[in-house]
Amino acid sequence: MGDHGPAKGFGRWLFTTNHKDIGSMYLWFSFAMFLMGGVFALVIRAELFQPGLQLVEPEFFNQMTTMHGLVMVFGAVMPAFVGLANWLIPMMVGAPDMALPRMNNWSFWILPFAFALLTSTLFMEGGGPNFGWTFYAPLSTTYAPPSVTYFIFAVHIMGASSIMGSINIIATILNMRAPGMTLMKMPLFVWTWLITAYLLIAVMPVLAGCVTMMLMDIHFGTSFFSAAGGGDPVLFQHVFWFFGHPEVYIMILPAFGIVSAIIPTFARKPLFGYASMVYATASIAFLSFIVWAHHMFTVGMPIAGELFFMYATMLIAVPTGVKVFNWITTMFRGSMSFETPMLFSIAFVILFTIGGFSGLMLAIAPADFQYHDTYFVVAHFHYVLVPGAIFSIFAGVYYWLPKWCGNMYDERLGKAHFWLSFVGLNVTFFPMHFVGLAGMPRRIPDYALQFADFNQIASMGAFLFGFSQVFFLFIVIKTIRGGKQATDEVWENPEGLEWTIPSPAPYHTFTTPPAVK
Amino acid sequence: MKSSASIKSIVSRLLLVTVGMFGFGFALVPLYDMFCDITGLNGKTNAEAFIPLADLIDTSREVTVQFVATNNDYMSWEFKPQVFKMKVHPGEEIETTFYAKNPSSKAMMAQAIPSVSPSRAASYFLKTECFCFNQQQLAAGEAIDMPLKFIVDRDLPSNVTTITLSYTLFDITNGGLIADDSLAIR
Amino acid sequence: MLFFSKRPTIKSLMSVKPFVVFSLLALSFQAFAKSGEVAAGEAQRWVTNMTQGVTATSHEIYDLHMLIFMICVWIGVVVFGIMFYSMIMHRKSAGAVPSKFHESTLVELAWTIIPALILVAMAVPATSTLIKIYDTSDADIDIKVVGYQWKWQYEYLGEEVSFFSNLTTPQDEIYGRAPKGEHYLLEVDEPVVIPINKKVRFLITANDVLHAWWVPALAVKRDAIPGYINDVWTIVDEPGIYRGQCAELCGKSHGFMPIVVHAMEEVDYQQWLVAKKVEAEELKLAMSQSFSMDELYARGEKVYQTNCVACHGPTGAGGVGPTLIGSSITTGPMNGHLSLMINGVQGSAMQAFGEQLNNIDLAAVITYKRNAWGNNMGDMLQPVDVLNHKRSL
Repeated sequence: MGDHGPAKGFGRWLFTTNHKDIGSMYLWFSFAMFLMGGVFALVIRAELFQPGLQLVEPEFFNQMTTMHGLVMVFGAVMPAFVGLANWLIPMMVGAPDMALPRMNNWSFWILPFAFALLTSTLFMEGGGPNFGWTFYAPLSTTYAPPSVTYFIFAVHIMGASSIMGSINIIATILNMRAPGMTLMKMPLFVWTWLITAYLLIAVMPVLAGCVTMMLMDIHFGTSFFSAAGGGDPVLFQHVFWFFGHPEVYIMILPAFGIVSAIIPTFARKPLFGYASMVYATASIAFLSFIVWAHHMFTVGMPIAGELFFMYATMLIAVPTGVKVFNWITTMFRGSMSFETPMLFSIAFVILFTIGGFSGLMLAIAPADFQYHDTYFVVAHFHYVLVPGAIFSIFAGVYYWLPKWCGNMYDERLGKAHFWLSFVGLNVTFFPMHFVGLAGMPRRIPDYALQFADFNQIASMGAFLFGFSQVFFLFIVIKTIRGGKQATDEVWENPEGLEWTIPSPAPYHTFTTPPAVK
Repeated sequence: MKSSASIKSIVSRLLLVTVGMFGFGFALVPLYDMFCDITGLNGKTNAEAFIPLADLIDTSREVTVQFVATNNDYMSWEFKPQVFKMKVHPGEEIETTFYAKNPSSKAMMAQAIPSVSPSRAASYFLKTECFCFNQQQLAAGEAIDMPLKFIVDRDLPSNVTTITLSYTLFDITNGGLIADDSLAIR
Repeated sequence: MLFFSKRPTIKSLMSVKPFVVFSLLALSFQAFAKSGEVAAGEAQRWVTNMTQGVTATSHEIYDLHMLIFMICVWIGVVVFGIMFYSMIMHRKSAGAVPSKFHESTLVELAWTIIPALILVAMAVPATSTLIKIYDTSDADIDIKVVGYQWKWQYEYLGEEVSFFSNLTTPQDEIYGRAPKGEHYLLEVDEPVVIPINKKVRFLITANDVLHAWWVPALAVKRDAIPGYINDVWTIVDEPGIYRGQCAELCGKSHGFMPIVVHAMEEVDYQQWLVAKKVEAEELKLAMSQSFSMDELYARGEKVYQTNCVACHGPTGAGGVGPTLIGSSITTGPMNGHLSLMINGVQGSAMQAFGEQLNNIDLAAVITYKRNAWGNNMGDMLQPVDVLNHKRSL
């Protein structure tokens, strides 16, 4: 392999096996999905702006909540992290490319088909999936619209993509590290992705099994989830959440890695407690397998089950706390500056912790009887996913974009994007705590009058947040097209092999492995 | 950096895990049933006749047993317990009946699904004979008294004073399935 | 003014702003904590906290909620306090020189063990509350609650009293053609009635998909699962009307199947129960009577507005369901129309109303549909016809 550049034209993207190209495609795809999922969310918020049915019918509203969830989880957050992994992991471990470049191409290119299939259901007779992103049986089986079959195939394809991506990431990390890069010298982003990839391989097949059982129930007369034939609708929830809870951590562990890279750079101080960060991530991953039924406290489990899942869930607070304390101690007595990536990372620490607090409250089974399936839950998981996953992705993009394209982004615009997003996010989701506690169930297209005021505020915040992201698109395009030339180091003494190569990163890097001290 | 052979071995091992976890998803079904049997998790009771070992009756204790009947979606049968509530001694074999009538103009098949509340009592509620063990077929307009025999286990936890046995009747005339082409929005 | 001693530059402002935002958040936390002390009135605005409710359980859950919440707030104050302290004091622009420390086994051990101890302190009251909630033994009254798409059915076990509870909010209010009433979306035709100071057990199940029965003031929420039965209990302390909603996505009208519990004195409850039984007797008698066209039409319109309007629209022009104006059913043979109403259309949203409506209501609503909106069939159906039809099946 010589040092040749990329091929020309569309063929470059279609047939590429270059980790940087594939990483870029993942990131652009996820951003497109983020905007699409965002539009769905704005339909929801517009309908909920005031009580009564104004814009959409309940049937379509349900399709919007379902599609918003599915697109954001499987289309925006996960591919964005895979995109970052593609770009960064080879550069961080000193490898020339991913271990399985051709499979890498496949795992990206099947994704657009999955989402085209999923989105096309909205135009089918009977409408798209309308049973929530958790698709509980029997609403998603016996009572589902005919498009459910396409939904199932779309989920299968997404699963295959994730599994291939994960196998690739594990093989790269375990096999392609530069000499001297021992496991405990790897950057935390690589560590968190390694653990995430194992989680994906463990649970995506369970999701595939789950939707396959649905498919069999719908078309082949089995009754896994129907009581009439000896099945049990509650079994569906167990299988789903056995996948679903680790899935939640799949969407947050890489975020921990990103933030652990950014905070030390802008605090100008090494990360505090590297080893405990690794152990904490591993413990969170392990615990994620034994807490799933805390999503099901109201199904009528026996008390022993409730207690077990309550205690196990509370335990997660311990390793999560360790991480938060480590980040704060990294900042403590550092020498901090507040560039855009750092602002997003600090907001991450604060708002993710608030989401963690509401998570702890939700873990308390008796109190959960009042919180379950209300807007309090909606507020909780948006506080962990938006300032958690999404903010960390923004932080990562601002942090590494100069390395990718060779130009610095405009700091003033970046900060403006941060503050708009920060305000928009809190105005949207903070009031949801209130309406949830006051008794507003989630997934309703219309609500009683006492919830009107906070819903109005939330809707206004949602539009602010939504439009801020168009602004983000503008900033990124502006940076790619020009701007101040970035230095090779980009920041002040950042740690990591990716900063030892030129900016922009050449098409092929580390064709001869670097030496790691 | 290691050889491509070691990449191959990692990939094949990970693929094996993937296939294994796909299987595990399905294995959760029997595992869940087993777990429910042991713990009474979902209030399911025994699906096959229990054979009583020794008929020792605990006359010092009385437990209230309630019977509840529910029709599932599109089930048009009249379905109700003949006795709503009775007091029984643990260990005693009791017989009661449920009344069912098919008022429609066609023969129909039904399956009754039992469920016990509180669920921790489920594994102590032992049916020795039950119409729920089999599918029930009734001709148009036919009525039937369906028998149920059960024993409340003497080991029933002492803090359980009432057991509710609920039957939900499902229409399975078409195999319990709704034909694909008629799937529509609910 | 220690923090602002330096000339405020853009950079230092950037780092102060989060502090302002945080104090606003902290203030809203305080407001949030306080609002719990105000008794939650109906349709009260700007409610920010959980209701304390009207049962011992709901009070206990409220206290537990506030306890955990306050622990979280205090942890937040300490943790974020340290964070903001270093963000303000350890700025590069303020000339801070970074330290080099990056681990301390003792500190790391401490912040693993201390949170674990706090968690144990939280788990103790949570466990004791949960054990009480799970004790469903020795109930005075058993009420079976069945979730339907999209209404609730209540059956008083052993009392021969059973009825459906439908949303009564008119479509005009929902679609903004009429001003919304005080209990918009939280009002039903028949509330479930219970006596106060009695242990009432709810046996919860569902007819079709999953639902969840939730009344916040009672702190009772439990999933309704087809084929399976769940039990929960409550003892209400004060008479009153308590409103709740379905809390598990159950399809199109998930947001339109409220729960209303009317708790009253034991004496009043007994009277209500007797009246209910008398009503059932009267209904039985009325089944054999004949009604005039006008009577049937008027009654049928009411039945239509509660049961049919969500799918077929207020003017019969359809919506999710097909139009009823000039349709082959409403203007076709009477027997076909009746059979369809009784049996529903399997696999569609058209439910089997044979069990859900009594013979009078069936006769009335069919008569109404055949004569409203210009259908003008001129024929009508008597309850006895419905009975005969059911028998002949």
